[in-house]
Parts: sequence; C-alpha cells; structure tokens
Amino acid sequence: MTVLLIAEINGANLQADATAKALAAAATLGAVDILVAGEGVGAAASAAASFAGVARVLVADHAVLGRQLAEPMAELIATLAARYTHVIGPATAGLKSILPRVAGRLDVMILSDVTAILDADTFERPIYAGNAIQTVRSADSIKVATIRTAAFAPAPRGGGAPIEPIEVTVSTSAASHWVEDRLSLADRPELSSAGIVVSGGRGVGSKENFALIEQLADKLGAAVGASRAAVDAGYAPNDRQVGQTGKVVAPALYVAVGISGAIQHLAGMKDSRLIVAINKDEDAPIFQIADYGLVGDLFQAVPELVERL
Amino acid sequence: MKILVPVKRVVDYNVKIRVRPDGSGVELANVKMSMNPFDEIALEEAIRLKEKGAASEVVALSIGAAPAQETLRTALAMGADRAILVETAPGEDVEPLAVAKLIAAVAREEAAGLVLCGKQAIDNDMNATGQMLAAILDWPQATFASEIRIEAGAAQVTREVDGGLQVIGVALPAVISVDLRLNEPRYASLPNIMKAKKKPLAIRPAGEFGLDIAPRLTVVKTVEPPARKGGVKAGSVAELVSKLKDEAGVL
Ligand SMILES: Cc1cc2nc3c(=O)[nH]c(=O)nc-3n(C[C@H](O)[C@H](O)[C@H](O)COP(=O)(O)OP(=O)(O)OC[C@H]3O[C@@H](n4cnc5c(N)ncnc54)[C@H](O)[C@@H]3O)c2cc1C
Ligand SMILES: Cc1cc2nc3c(=O)[nH]c(=O)nc-3n(C[C@H](O)[C@H](O)[C@H](O)COP(=O)(O)OP(=O)(O)OC[C@H]3O[C@@H](n4cnc5c(N)ncnc54)[C@H](O)[C@@H]3O)c2cc1C
Repeated sequence: MTVLLIAEINGANLQADATAKALAAAATLGAVDILVAGEGVGAAASAAASFAGVARVLVADHAVLGRQLAEPMAELIATLAARYTHVIGPATAGLKSILPRVAGRLDVMILSDVTAILDADTFERPIYAGNAIQTVRSADSIKVATIRTAAFAPAPRGGGAPIEPIEVTVSTSAASHWVEDRLSLADRPELSSAGIVVSGGRGVGSKENFALIEQLADKLGAAVGASRAAVDAGYAPNDRQVGQTGKVVAPALYVAVGISGAIQHLAGMKDSRLIVAINKDEDAPIFQIADYGLVGDLFQAVPELVERL
Repeated sequence: MKILVPVKRVVDYNVKIRVRPDGSGVELANVKMSMNPFDEIALEEAIRLKEKGAASEVVALSIGAAPAQETLRTALAMGADRAILVETAPGEDVEPLAVAKLIAAVAREEAAGLVLCGKQAIDNDMNATGQMLAAILDWPQATFASEIRIEAGAAQVTREVDGGLQVIGVALPAVISVDLRLNEPRYASLPNIMKAKKKPLAIRPAGEFGLDIAPRLTVVKTVEPPARKGGVKAGSVAELVSKLKDEAGVL
C-alpha cells in the first residue's frame, strides 16, 4: 500500500496539527508520501518532513497553487494519484472542497470524514450527524478519503524525510480566481486542536455579552466556540461554529454555556473527554450528555467561575 | 440563464433517527421526510436570482425513488418553474458519484448556466456531490457559499472556510454549493402549493441515461455510536470548580 497524504496548507503555512492527525491515520495503511502544494512552501515542506514515518515529501511550488483553489489542486492531485492506492487528507474546509473533486476526476467514490480505518478497503464514518456509524468497504482501485481529525492523535515529530520538488504542469485557466480572505483574528488557541473549548449559545444574548465567554476561555487557555444560533445572530464569527455543519472537536474539556444541546450541535462535540454545561433550564438536553452540569443563570455563573479559577 | 437545483429527500432534521438493531441500517419506515435543509437554501437563492432578473428559469431535480416527487412538489411550491425526477429503484443506494453523473447529464441536456446545490445532505453527510459534479462537468466550483453575486457571466462567492471567510470569483457555468447563512428560505404559501400541482414534473428512469451508477461502496454494517451518559449536577460554582479540579483533574 502506498498513500499520498495531502498536507493542509493555508497560504504558505503548514497546518501541522490537522496534517499530523491525518498522517497518523494514513500511516496505518503503508508508506506515506506527503504532498505540500502552494506557493513559497519551502518552510512548510521542511515542517512536513519532520514528522515521523514519512517516506518522502513532494513539493509542488507554483503560483497557480498559491491559494489552493480547488480546480488546479484537484488537477495536480489527480495526475499524481495513479501511483498510489490511497489519497488522503484531513477533513478541513479546504480539502473537503478539493478531494471530492479529485475523486470525481478519477471516477471513484469519496470517503468523507473517516473516523477509523479497519483495513485497506474498509472504513468507518459517521452519518446522520453522528447518530449512526457506518462501516463501508470500497471496491475502487484508488481510495480517496478525508479524515476526521478529532478521531486521531497526531503523528509525532522526529523524522527526516527527503524533500523532492515535483514539476507542476496544471493549466492556469481563468475559470476561478481568488479575490480576498476575511479571516478572524487568530488571537486564541485554534478551535480544532485546542485542549479546552468554551462555547457560547443563544443564551449569551448579544455580541457584547459574548465577551464573558471569551474571558472564561482566556482564563482556561481555551479556544472559543459557538452554536449555530449564536453565529447566525452575529455573536461570534462563522469559523467558531461547532456541530454537524461546523467544526468537529474532541478536546479534553468542553464547556457549553447557554447552549440547549440540539443534535446538530452535539454532533460536533459529543466525543469530548469531559463535558461541562451551564444552562438555566434544568431540562435542557445538553445535561443528558454533560459530565458536570450547573443549572443557573450564566450571567452570574460565568463571572463567578472566572473569579474562582 | 437557467439554474438547476438538485434537491434531496432526507429524514427531517428534527427526527431522532434509530439504528436497526441488526446493524442493517437506519430505520426509514414511517419516518418524516423533508427536503434537505441546505437544498431549501439553494432553491431560495435560485428563486431570488430569478426575481432579480439574473436567471430566466429555475429547474429542480431530484435523484431517488418515486416518493421524491413530493420533495419536488415542495420545490415547485416554493417557486421552481419545473421539476425533473431521475427515478431509481426503491431502496437502491445512489452514491454521490452516481448522483453527480446523473446531475451532470441533466445539466448538459438542459444547458444549465449554474448548478446550485446544498453543501451536504444531512443524512449521509458526505459533502461531496457538488464537487464531484464540478469535476465531471469540468466546471469551476465554489463550495460553502454564504453570499453569491452574479454579474457579467461570472459569480463572486463568499465562502465559509476554516479561518473565516474567503471570496473567490468563478466563471459561469459553475457549480456552487451553499452553506446555512446564505439566506432564510421562504415557506410555500397555500395558493402556491395549489399552483405547484399544475407545474410540469418530468419523470425519467435513471437507466435511460446509460451511465455506470452502480455503488462503489458496500455498507458492511451500521451501528449506534457509544452512548454517553449524563453525569452529575453541581449545586454551585464553587462545587463545580472543585469537581473539575479534584474529581476530574482537568484544571
Ligand atoms: C441543517 C442544520 C444544520 C445545523 N448545524 C448546526 C451546527 O453545526 N451547530 C449548531 O450548534 N447548530 C446547528 N444547527 C442548529 C441546531 O438545530 C440548533 O438550532 C442550535 O444548535 C441551537 O443553538 P443554541 O443551543 O445556542 O440555542 P437554543 O436552542 O435557543 O438554546 C439556548 C439555551 O440557552 C439557555 N439560556 C438562555 N438564557 C440563559 C441564561 N441567562 N443562563 C443560562 N442559560 C441560558 C436556554 O435555557 C437554552 O437551553 C443546525 C440546524 C440545521 C437544520
Ligand atoms: C443502504 C442505503 C440505501 C439508500 N437508499 C436510498 C434510496 O433509496 N434513495 C435515495 O435517494 N438515497 C438512498 N440512499 C442515500 C444515498 O446513498 C445518498 O443519496 C448518497 O450517498 C448521497 O450522499 P449525500 O446525500 O451525503 O451527498 P452530499 O454530497 O452530502 O449532498 C450534497 C448535495 O448534493 C445534492 N444531492 C445529493 N443527493 C441527491 C439526490 N439524490 N438528488 C438530488 N440532489 C442530490 C443536494 O443538493 C445535496 O445538498 C441510500 C443509502 C444507503 C446507505
């Protein structure tokens, strides 16, 4: 088995945590080559080469790949794919966009959000917002899969894989072009990799009040998350949404504040090691899965919590 | 410009699904079915584009067994001009790759200028069909759209990505998959539900297209995830802090 692992690159930077977790999954299948694609990605390639258990790092450095747009990325990956049994990447927004397109080009199915690899052909993946786990076997010659990073521990550092530049011959078509990024400030730990996450819901009531959630997060060194209702109401930016259609997290500690616990929200956090819920409604469904619950008004409880920690 | 909107009939998002105890799948008998919520959003956007004069016709398309006609009637009641059902056998598993091939065939026949689909169906959660469709048609794609502007043969799309938002431009024809915050879909009014009964709904057997739509994946089994039990309630903030420190050891 030979695996092509697509590194998650943002701009020119390696997203080390997501890539290392997908690497841990890929390494169970066989020898792993990592593809680092982008513009000016030399440092990212060196970082990828330092993971343990990597056969080679292939570097595709070209302006056409600079924003990792789906069309040139898929074209590049599809041309490399023939030499591999598996093409795998972390289930980031970027690769969830690119890898199904690769599969479409190769006329094979995609395996989305894989949570366990049982053997070379057999995979587990959640369906229905994680309310069922399906085991599927693929008959395709090349398996293309995205890996749910929350389900794997990152591969360790300590390798020194050779770095090989590859020629980039993809078409520079004008079909799509980048206009701008409007990214949130990265002033706190990243949601998908943080050890502690504090999330606020509709109960927080306003964008101003959301500062309470941020204070608690800062006190705990935590990342900030939100329910869809809180994002829709503008209390928090979209990239903070946890759930079926947002990010899936599994931190050591997840604190849900003013969140009722709809199945779509639970889909994104129910595999957290320890769940704490603060809600004024003692019948809120979130208490059915919380290890520790506190029934009370968050406007009293959260400031007191910040004080006592 | 003609807009094609693929709509999928799925278990309603409010239903707590049950896994069959024998591991053969999810219980679908006597369960409330609805249009996939993302597809309502895609359809709403298509209708708004038509209302603004950016599109001439909105065609709803579903791939599935006969009951998907109901979903298509809902699409017609919301404002689609006509509908197409590509009919598959009851209980037949149509994977995103096969769905994408069938949508591609219809998009070519119809000479669609834009396909607006949901970013994911809430049953299989694959988040794949739009991207596969774009690959098969060799059209550009813009996934996870939270804002769409159509001008001069191109679309400017704001996308929800991991770090925030990204804006890209795609030349038309293109495939755009929509995210939750693009719009609030309208409800179909009673008069429109009545009118929808008279709008054209074509039924085409999937076999007519002569495509390889056999599944590539075999479902070995479907099980419930390990259940998580509720824990204890703390009587005060002080008790919560001490439990986190002493009992759980997470702080
Ligand atoms: C297709 C689809 C996809 C979805 N995807 C997601 C997703 O990815 N993520 C997600 O989160 N949701 C998602 N949802 C939405 C989901 O169904 C719920 O609507 C949402 O999670 C509710 O958010 P909430 O818990 O913040 O709000 P609510 O359900 O309104 O709950 C607010 C809670 O705050 C409590 N509260 C109010 N005031 C206080 C106070 N002063 N002190 C303490 N507690 C208080 C209330 O008791 C209540 O329990 C999706 C829905 C659909 C249809
Ligand atoms: C054992 C089994 C039996 C099944 N039986 C049936 C069945 O009888 N009938 C059936 O329809 N499905 C059936 N399915 C589901 C079928 O496998 C899914 O349609 C397919 O896997 C697509 O995945 P997804 O919906 O997660 O796609 P996603 O890629 O998440 O969907 C994204 C978007 O693509 C579009 N789309 C996807 N599917 C369709 C569609 N069918 N029609 C129109 N637009 C679509 C929508 O715009 C949607 O928002 C069955 C699945 C299994 C496992």
